Amino acid sequence: MKELKPAILLFIIFTIICGGIYPAVVTGIAAVAFPRQAKGSFITDKGGKEIGSSLIGQPFSDPKYFWPRPSAATDFAYNAIGSGGSNSGPTNPDYLKTVGDRVKALRDTGVTGSIPADLVQASGSGLDPHISPEAANVQVARIAKARGMSEDEVAKLVAAHTEERQLGFLGDPRVNVLEVNLALDAAK
Amino acid sequence: MNMYEWAETIIFFVVLLALVKPLGTFMARVFQGERTFLSPVLVPCENLLYRICGVNRDEEMDWKRYAVGLVLFNLLTGVALFAMLMLQGILPLNPQKFPAFSWHLALNTAISFMTNTNWQNYSGESAASYFTQMFGFAVHNFTSAATGIVVAIALIRGFVRRRTTAIGNFWVDLTRCTLYILLPLSIVFAVFLVSQGVIQNFSAYRTVPLVQPVTYDKPKLDDKGNPIKDAKGNPVTESVTAKEVTIPMGPVASQEAIKELGTNGGGFFNANSAHPYENPTPFSNVAEIFLILLISGALTATFGRMAGNPRQGWALLAVMLAILVFALGVLYWAESSGNPLVAKLGVQGINMEGKETRFGLAGTSLFTVATTGTSCGAVNTMHDSLTPLGGMMPLSLILLSEVVFGGVGTGLYTMLAFVVIAVFVAGLMIGRTPEFLGKKIEVREMWMSIITVLVAGILVLIFSGIAMVVPQAIASMNNPGAHGLSEVLYAFASMSNNNGSAFAGLNGNTVFYNLTGALCMVVGRFAPILASLAMAGSLAEKKYVPPSLGTLPTDKVPFALWLGLVILIVGALTFFPALSLGPIVEQLQMMR
Repeated sequence: MKELKPAILLFIIFTIICGGIYPAVVTGIAAVAFPRQAKGSFITDKGGKEIGSSLIGQPFSDPKYFWPRPSAATDFAYNAIGSGGSNSGPTNPDYLKTVGDRVKALRDTGVTGSIPADLVQASGSGLDPHISPEAANVQVARIAKARGMSEDEVAKLVAAHTEERQLGFLGDPRVNVLEVNLALDAAK
Repeated sequence: MNMYEWAETIIFFVVLLALVKPLGTFMARVFQGERTFLSPVLVPCENLLYRICGVNRDEEMDWKRYAVGLVLFNLLTGVALFAMLMLQGILPLNPQKFPAFSWHLALNTAISFMTNTNWQNYSGESAASYFTQMFGFAVHNFTSAATGIVVAIALIRGFVRRRTTAIGNFWVDLTRCTLYILLPLSIVFAVFLVSQGVIQNFSAYRTVPLVQPVTYDKPKLDDKGNPIKDAKGNPVTESVTAKEVTIPMGPVASQEAIKELGTNGGGFFNANSAHPYENPTPFSNVAEIFLILLISGALTATFGRMAGNPRQGWALLAVMLAILVFALGVLYWAESSGNPLVAKLGVQGINMEGKETRFGLAGTSLFTVATTGTSCGAVNTMHDSLTPLGGMMPLSLILLSEVVFGGVGTGLYTMLAFVVIAVFVAGLMIGRTPEFLGKKIEVREMWMSIITVLVAGILVLIFSGIAMVVPQAIASMNNPGAHGLSEVLYAFASMSNNNGSAFAGLNGNTVFYNLTGALCMVVGRFAPILASLAMAGSLAEKKYVPPSLGTLPTDKVPFALWLGLVILIVGALTFFPALSLGPIVEQLQMMR
């Protein structure tokens, strides 16, 4: 067993280098170069208190807020410690009933025409912080009514919190739900 | 596709292909012991390591000694991880106080990371401590990736060398691969990922208030933590209001970079690369896809250079690329066509179930084919919720033995096994001598290639069949009907081919799946590795036969087409019956 000695020693050394030194080096560089991102992209209030992360969505069901995408996180929607999707197959009858119920809930708030898919189908992470601009637009009338604001004012806030394609061509345009809802609360 | 998606896809492939040659050449230099721009820093480190470990860097091994070193090293890493998981409760860096894994989950997980599979029957954020993630999982991401790469290098040496038994020194190859290739690339990309919003810290989990508190039904538990049931057997629930939410933290970026680069795929969080803290922006998304394909793509150029025939490397890459682009097209089309059953409810647009808003369909589809064409298995969308035809693409890419770029190293050595088979069959058909790179293909090479190519397929069919008659296995299905079969088929395909992605509705954390899966992962990993090393040994001993008029040119378009056909025919013959009972039937049900 001539190979046993290098096997044991190399494993120990790689454990130290790849398991200890490597993450420590990355943490060190990150803490200096990108401290906000490394800590979790938290949003703070005026007093500096953390009130959420711009990357982690939150559950909203009140008519005065923009509703996020459905979430299949464990225990409750947008439970950040239980990330995950529904894993429902496309022909599963229970799943189709759930989507039908969500469509009905939106219809009850006065949405007519076809419903944007992201508003009734759950995200993969269960924590998706965004909705599509279309999904925001169908909610503008409801929010304006609930808050006594004009639809224009609400639409302007949506536009202000819409992220365009990154570098002009990567991904899809999207609205950050938590940020736009905080902006709504700040406005009215 | 709109013009932005075309731009994203085309620019992605242009950048990837532009880097194949430089990185491939660099890797060839590293494994041939030549000087590189990193040598001034790393050669002293390397020599120090060899001195401590008692390795003679100039001493080469025959294939048996190489294999002994490899198996011993992997066994050691697997046992160490198993012990770490069983002792998690008493180890440090565990701010959330996670307890030890159950024995069968620990066994499955240890084997999963040892074999580069990263099949996960646990949720990272609610089961694994920082210590486990760093010193357990991240270390295995490096060592298992390096193991795959050095086997491919040893096999290349077998083709290139003449009348020798030496195929390299396992310890030297392993060390160079880690120090020169995996670590530098990981550091650079980990820092980039942080810039996009991937977290990197050692804080305890954070708690923030919810803007709108949420009320939900929580199952009541008795003193032992088991759900209480009422007289009818339904779980008793109580209404609970959550006013705040706990947000998990951790050294994610360092793990994320090597997870993609080493085609490992084990997520820090349960949602894997769909989680905003693992993959926060469209840019981080394409960067992760890039990492998944980078080394496997570049290894074709390493092969071309070491074999003294760069065209041969490009021919292999062209075959891989063609199959990848085809699968990408079908997947994109299936998902953009949406789910007709959902459209009937008045919903418009693509199938968004299990997908994130920020990536867009192009970024989602590209990630999905990249992660399953390789042995990565990270996911940025839930494959279980793809349309049936869409879901058949990742499943099929895995079932083709992961040669479409393939895992780091594993993709190349499996592809070379297909090349050997293709050369042999073509030789029989047109009456030419079966030889490749001047080496005669004989019975021994054919045996080893067939083992490499068919072992995983045999495991998939046998164990999926067994699961269909075991009640506990059937009870794990999350979806009824044909989709349930797809879930089981996908699980065994993924584990036997060391992919690690899942139709994750299937509850894999049962004794049945933990143990059968562990067996599939070990055999699916080490049978092809040992066969490839044995083939390297036998090839290295052969003499060189100069090309003659009777030699089939293997670096031209006709052979590339033939090779692609052989890969597809072997896959189709093996799996068509199973696929028609799963995804194909379901697609027809959905369209009805």
